[in-house]
Amino acid sequence: MRSVSKRFPGVLANDAIDLTVRRGEVHALLGENGAGKTTLVHMLYGLQAPDEGAIYLRGRRARLRSPRDAKVAGIGLVAQHFHLARRHTVAENLALALPETPALFPTRALRAPVAELAQRYGFEVDLRARVGALSPGEQQRVEILAALLQGAELLILDEPTSVLTPQEADRLFAVLQRMRQEGKGVILISHKLDEVLAIADRITVLRGGKVVATRDAATASAGELATLMVGREVTRGRSPSAAGPGAVRLSVRNLTVHSERGEARLNGVDLDVHGGEIVGVAGVAGNGQAELAEVLTGLRVAEAGTVLLDGADVAGAGVRDLFARGVVHIPEDRNAMGVVGGMKVSENLVLRRHRQAPFSKGRLLDWREVSRNADGAIRDYQISTPSRDTVTRQLSGGNVQKVILARELGGAPGLVVASHPTYGLDVAATELTHKLLRDQRDRGAAVLLVSEDLDELLQLSDRIVVLFRGSVTGTVDAAGAQRDEIGLLMAGDRTPLAPAGSQA
Amino acid sequence: MIAGFRLEQRGSIGPLRTWALSLGAIVVAMVLTGVLFAAFGVAPLAAFATLVDRTILDARGLSEVVRRAIPLMLAGVGLTLAFRARFWNIGAEGQLLIGGVAASGVALFSGLPGPLLLPAMFLAGFAAGAAWGLGPALLKVRLGVNEIITTLMLNYVAIYLVRWLINGPWKGRSLSGFAYSDVFEPAAWLPTIGTTRLHWPTLTLAIAAAVFVAWLLTKTRFGFEVRMMGESPDAARYAGVDSFRTTLVLVLVSAGAAGLAGVGEVAGIHHRLVDPASLSVGYGYTAIIVALLARRDPLAALVTAAFLGWVAASGDVMQVALRLPSQITGVTQGLVLLCIIGVEPFLRYRLVRVPRNAGNGPDGVRPVPKGVQ
Amino acid sequence: MDVGAVFVVTTLARALAFSTPLLWAALGEIVAERAGVVNLGVEGMMIVGALAGFVVAQSSGDPWLGLAAAAATGAVAGALHAFFAVIVRADMYVSGLALTIFGLGLSGLIGRGWVGRPLDRSMEFVSLPLLSQLPLVGPRLFQGQYLLTWLGLLAALMLWFVLHHTRLGLVTRTVGENPAAADAAGVRVVQVRFFAVVFGGLMAGVAGGFLSLAYRPSWGQGMTNGLGWIALAMAIFALWDPLRAVLAALLFGTFFTLSFSLQDRFAPQLLTMMPYLFTILALTLTAFRKGGRAFGAPEALGQPYTRGER
Repeated sequence: MRSVSKRFPGVLANDAIDLTVRRGEVHALLGENGAGKTTLVHMLYGLQAPDEGAIYLRGRRARLRSPRDAKVAGIGLVAQHFHLARRHTVAENLALALPETPALFPTRALRAPVAELAQRYGFEVDLRARVGALSPGEQQRVEILAALLQGAELLILDEPTSVLTPQEADRLFAVLQRMRQEGKGVILISHKLDEVLAIADRITVLRGGKVVATRDAATASAGELATLMVGREVTRGRSPSAAGPGAVRLSVRNLTVHSERGEARLNGVDLDVHGGEIVGVAGVAGNGQAELAEVLTGLRVAEAGTVLLDGADVAGAGVRDLFARGVVHIPEDRNAMGVVGGMKVSENLVLRRHRQAPFSKGRLLDWREVSRNADGAIRDYQISTPSRDTVTRQLSGGNVQKVILARELGGAPGLVVASHPTYGLDVAATELTHKLLRDQRDRGAAVLLVSEDLDELLQLSDRIVVLFRGSVTGTVDAAGAQRDEIGLLMAGDRTPLAPAGSQA
Repeated sequence: MIAGFRLEQRGSIGPLRTWALSLGAIVVAMVLTGVLFAAFGVAPLAAFATLVDRTILDARGLSEVVRRAIPLMLAGVGLTLAFRARFWNIGAEGQLLIGGVAASGVALFSGLPGPLLLPAMFLAGFAAGAAWGLGPALLKVRLGVNEIITTLMLNYVAIYLVRWLINGPWKGRSLSGFAYSDVFEPAAWLPTIGTTRLHWPTLTLAIAAAVFVAWLLTKTRFGFEVRMMGESPDAARYAGVDSFRTTLVLVLVSAGAAGLAGVGEVAGIHHRLVDPASLSVGYGYTAIIVALLARRDPLAALVTAAFLGWVAASGDVMQVALRLPSQITGVTQGLVLLCIIGVEPFLRYRLVRVPRNAGNGPDGVRPVPKGVQ
Repeated sequence: MDVGAVFVVTTLARALAFSTPLLWAALGEIVAERAGVVNLGVEGMMIVGALAGFVVAQSSGDPWLGLAAAAATGAVAGALHAFFAVIVRADMYVSGLALTIFGLGLSGLIGRGWVGRPLDRSMEFVSLPLLSQLPLVGPRLFQGQYLLTWLGLLAALMLWFVLHHTRLGLVTRTVGENPAAADAAGVRVVQVRFFAVVFGGLMAGVAGGFLSLAYRPSWGQGMTNGLGWIALAMAIFALWDPLRAVLAALLFGTFFTLSFSLQDRFAPQLLTMMPYLFTILALTLTAFRKGGRAFGAPEALGQPYTRGER
């Protein structure tokens, strides 16, 4: 078998990496966030140059100084965030990607080649559809199509399933199968063990910028890979609370939320969260989780439905009111929303609490109290910062999260709404976050955890609620749950579950 | 990106650096102005010498500089607030004029007893200016209508409104050629220092306003929320700051402050309603530069207003002594602005060595923030 | 002949003339904004174009040479704005505003010797061959217009075609919608934006040239009178579409014309206010429309682009 090989020792973020990808192979690149996968791929795509070592394509050395070089060399990239102009049609987006399209009426020249490729790889594509109206899976196929049209022999997919339901992911894998048959090479970047085992031929694990191992998928096991990824035994176990759940603290009935355009984002959602339990909200991004979190924390008003917090009706209450009632929010976008980057750490530590005593005396702020609080928080949560007056945007992601956690969890909340709290955090920060959430649960607070990471949800939650297109498709006890059950629910399949599942 | 280094955004630009930036911008702008003058037939050094002689070394000249600065201070302080709400209030010019209109109305027609006149004029001016800003504020906050255009259009509306008044219903009885309203009664005249035209009550008001705003921003809850909004609207929303209400309040105060500046002009300088070209003289636009140069700091705005007041007074001197159209001060002003924004991005970034243990979370060049704020 | 009909046609003709500078400037701004860059310097670019055009035309005796100078000056001014906004990535709103203030001031400085004298040889009217034979409409509408007016309409048509049916237009639009996507596709975002802004400046220069070479052949301090700002509003009102810009320009032109012709009945200053108020109204209406449909600004409008973000 002739190899389309890439072999290169690398750069500081990548330490002497050797990687070989063969023709007709799906090669997975596995690693935690920050392990160096992206840098490696950037070098392959011409976005960065290796400091040492070289890239060989089909046995010959390749100099990739820009994406254009990479494309000419037959390398295509489908990034995590799609490079598509949403208001343009599919045809326009594809025409943009192909410099050979004619100057006049560039989209017409595409019809034949697109039809041919679509048939070969088994997908359907409507050239005249506006990209913004397509589902993430369909948008991704447009990106793949663009790469294929440019003559890609090697396709790099960066975390492709992060926006797909399990069923759409299967469709993607079918396409990858065809690519394999056609002799194309595929590099699949992921941190999802199970998927990688399902589709890849060989797996290379990166950790801390180095290649830790390369295994054949057939013989590897999830546990082994996880250990390689993290460097130590990963406890994938759970630590449920000693006491069972207490009284219902949050009760949501028939919650309906519409977008600005009138589409239903949440469709009659019913949900209960008890004190002393963690309820996980699962689902592919975009199915209503964000809206749910926004309504519960006062950032959005629902069109219909009731929300009872400790028995009181809080539908329509604003952020301030909810916060005063003990609802705290760990937001998804911590840098743009959770803190004010340009303000000091001490200021951010009182960001939402500034209206309450002791920080506020009448209309004025008591800065001494603010400083004192900051000193305490920095100490208790071990926030690594040069001083309490440092501008917050200088802190690392993990420390910013600590600031948010210190602030939100410091006031004995009743309901904790956490949205993707460990996204982009390293292992230590993730473990701390998990611990703090568990502590809140043990304290008796109700915790609602929204996450795309099914492993995290399975580890932390007592129950998992699955959202699909704004409705609850099912609720399962985390203890006995199977991933494929949840996967089906995430895709909207409500077939009756094993005895453990029930409606909330 | 060069391997081993990365561009990192500076956490904060220290106040010293900020001042150096503004000062540097001023110096460069002045030098370039000199170059342009030379290129188009005005000897720069001689001109500069004349300016210094007449505006700084001369007591009367200095008083002119200060009195020119007064409306700039008021409007400029107001704009520091509006800009923090990300509301580009280009309409200070019109708000100033409307304030003048309101004050003139009170002076000429209200029939109030003497001692009440001036306070009433200031109140009316503030209210009128604020009302002039209300429309664009509501349109932006509720409908997202671009406030640059709406406030700007209202400037023109205000100009024509004033012109209509002084040529029509409020036309004064006397005077050849030019149109003015009648002269105000003496009780409606602001006192000035000595024989100068420096109407000190407005000056006091301006300084008081700056101090008040500075105190507001640092010591009060509201000020904290304003600062939040100015830095990160998303975080402010998350923190429960009512951005509608806050923006509205800030715009109203900003527009009202410009209105006060207008009152100062009619009551302190002209003592009647005059043509907009003489009344507002581009103060509203210059105030934008005051606020930007001061980096939205109200106390700094007092200083930058003084500088721009000097530029404006220089324009007068150039007109009289050198027979140049006074609008050429726009050259310096434009250059100052360009210099500020031109240098800023270079100060926001620096080269940093990437430490050996790479991969600690997200890195890379952050999105470029809006420059001058 | 029907007096009413005459009035309508005459108003239309005058509106057509008046709308010309608005159209040229707005078309330029549309291109710039489609590429994602806001140019608040239109007014300043118009006025320096007007001055340059006047000076060159007066000195050389050829108004078309003057127009070329106007266009070139506008382009240079546009390049300045592009430098600050696209290359340095400074605050593009302030950059544009600064150029307007600077342009107004500089033109005052340089033009001080040229004030008041009318242009010796200004642009002349042209007659469109077949159309001017039409009854009633012919002589009034198609005879007494400047060539630039008709060229403006042609320019709008061509721009529409280029934007929507050529690769160049596609690239430009994508740069304004999703510059990262364009970059990934190998487009040089900075270059495209730079030239779009220079083009905008050039068009603004032509608009200014029209004022000083044809419409009011003379030079006066501040003779653009805020038209540049109205053109800016028009670009938004036209939803960034060149063909709609033609309609918008005619609309505004009609308004201005009416405000002059109704002067006997109403106080002139109040009438002159109307177009500005109308602009606000127009923008408000646009905001309502935007809410419901897929129209809207180019997604990346107003945001500087730096490569290297994930």
